[in-house]
Amino acid sequence: MTFEEDGIVTDHAEQDRAYGFETRQLHAGQRPDPNTGARAVPIFQTTSYVFEDPESAAAYFNLQEYGNTYSRIMNPTVAVFEERVANLEGAAGGVAFASGIAAQAAALFTLLQPGDHVVASSALYGGTVNQFKHLLRKMNVELTWVDPDDPDAWRKAVGANTKAFFGETIGNPGGNVLDIETVASIAHEHELPLIVDNTFATPYLCRPIEWGADIVIHSATKFIGGHGTSIGGVVVEAGTFDWSNGRFPVVADPSPAYHGLQFHETFGTYGYLMKLRAETLRDLGGALAPLNAFLFLQGLETLSLRMDRHVANAQAIAAFLDSHELASNVTYAGRPESKYRSLVEKYLPRGAGAVFSFDCAGGRTGGQDLIRGVTLWSHLANVGDAKSLIIHPASTTHRQLSDDELRAAGVGPGTVRLSVGTESVEDLIWDLEQGFAKVATA
Amino acid sequence: MTDLARYQDALTIQHVLNTAKTIAVVGLSPNELRASYFVGYYLKRHGYRVIPVNPRESQILGETSYPSLSEVPEKVDVVNVFRAPDALPGIARDAVAIGASTLWCQFGVINEEGARIAEDGGMTVIMDRCLKVEHARYVGRMHWLGFNTQRITSVRAGLQ
Repeated sequence: MTFEEDGIVTDHAEQDRAYGFETRQLHAGQRPDPNTGARAVPIFQTTSYVFEDPESAAAYFNLQEYGNTYSRIMNPTVAVFEERVANLEGAAGGVAFASGIAAQAAALFTLLQPGDHVVASSALYGGTVNQFKHLLRKMNVELTWVDPDDPDAWRKAVGANTKAFFGETIGNPGGNVLDIETVASIAHEHELPLIVDNTFATPYLCRPIEWGADIVIHSATKFIGGHGTSIGGVVVEAGTFDWSNGRFPVVADPSPAYHGLQFHETFGTYGYLMKLRAETLRDLGGALAPLNAFLFLQGLETLSLRMDRHVANAQAIAAFLDSHELASNVTYAGRPESKYRSLVEKYLPRGAGAVFSFDCAGGRTGGQDLIRGVTLWSHLANVGDAKSLIIHPASTTHRQLSDDELRAAGVGPGTVRLSVGTESVEDLIWDLEQGFAKVATA
Repeated sequence: MTDLARYQDALTIQHVLNTAKTIAVVGLSPNELRASYFVGYYLKRHGYRVIPVNPRESQILGETSYPSLSEVPEKVDVVNVFRAPDALPGIARDAVAIGASTLWCQFGVINEEGARIAEDGGMTVIMDRCLKVEHARYVGRMHWLGFNTQRITSVRAGLQ
């Protein structure tokens, strides 16, 4: 078909096609730049945008027209990243943030007000636990922690003021796999949204929205970026949750922060996302830098290739540790013996990611000796890099805790967390052997 | 269940967006915070002739508002519906009678009888889709705000 589009005739009307994941990780969210023809995503390193005329400026600020105003709220490079993640997750759209923690805070601030209550999995990333325990409580938001593996625990925790369920696809570092479909259906029975942190799985291994999740959060710092270069996060939303069900006046009622606009009624599918951007991001700040968005897009282009390799290496390392006399309690959910095996087959058929922990013989000292002995694994506090990473929580992130407190946090004195990279796997195993040799001779 | 996919074909939607000139918005609200006003304002901004159809108003968006489609004194290409689904059969009859070529029903405006009346009258029917969103998806700037347009293309086309 030939259409005349803005005075330019094009022979390329676009057909509906269900493009594959690998195509979308390269193309979604970007068209060749219409002004320059640039094939790569241009880095729009600008704070602000010249308006055509006063009417256009007003239309942008009134949200009557999709327009760029100020890079704290939107940026064309960041927008490609947002759309690409939304596309890969099967969401209506996305909003990016300066970190995963900022993304999470914004996702929650958009739907919570003082006096509200959140039900959260007890097996969450420590940074999330801090945010919920301290920041949310300071905002007078009540928390109930539940065993994520127990559906009844989620159900029983719901109260009149509950506003959301929160869990992780793959728990950190215990490797719990969330039964997303079951927990989502319990949330929906109570007209609540399920929020899932999908950082460890990435949309290549699991797409929580396909199983009923309403909001998905990523620390893009990890596998999405994939190369340990940039801090960032993103929130995507399915666009199907009924925010006008009476439980969410902060989303549905006329907004005093936006001249009385009712975001859900006016924007429907896009109401929550519009509010997340036009109010929460605007007012909390924490915008993602365009250069970081560009680096995340570079990462996404190879996401499926890297994740397949991460998974293959993680499986090999887990099997090696399983058979090693100085290692025990290997938490990798991808092991055939894992109690999460059936959930992995359902939600993570391509693999259970590449982050897990194990207990090193010798307790606190044993863990430290292992770290001292390795020369290829990088000793640092991050996960999801193409390079293999190792850390001993008892002497770093959980250093202030006694052995008893460590155990309560699900971390043993000798627990070592691995983020398995994409190196030659025989080199990774050789290096761990070097570390275990130090433990054995200590 | 109405099979909505047949009323949401991508090529048909692009054809309507690229050939329509005059759009009658049935149920256009004068309240600038309502979705219909957002859509009407946007369409007018993008060069379409927008004709309000609302019996309670005389003027909306600076345009004369007519009590019904049959009273619109000029040729209408698209009838865009912001009314309760059960109003659709009557609107569809009027749309056929005035010779409009497309019946475009907004999100949630789903009524099989209305769609059939319009189709039997030779009209193209789009249902449960927003005219503003589809315009922004294919012609406009929806991708600037991180929404999932689901578009994949390596063709250089259009100017911003």
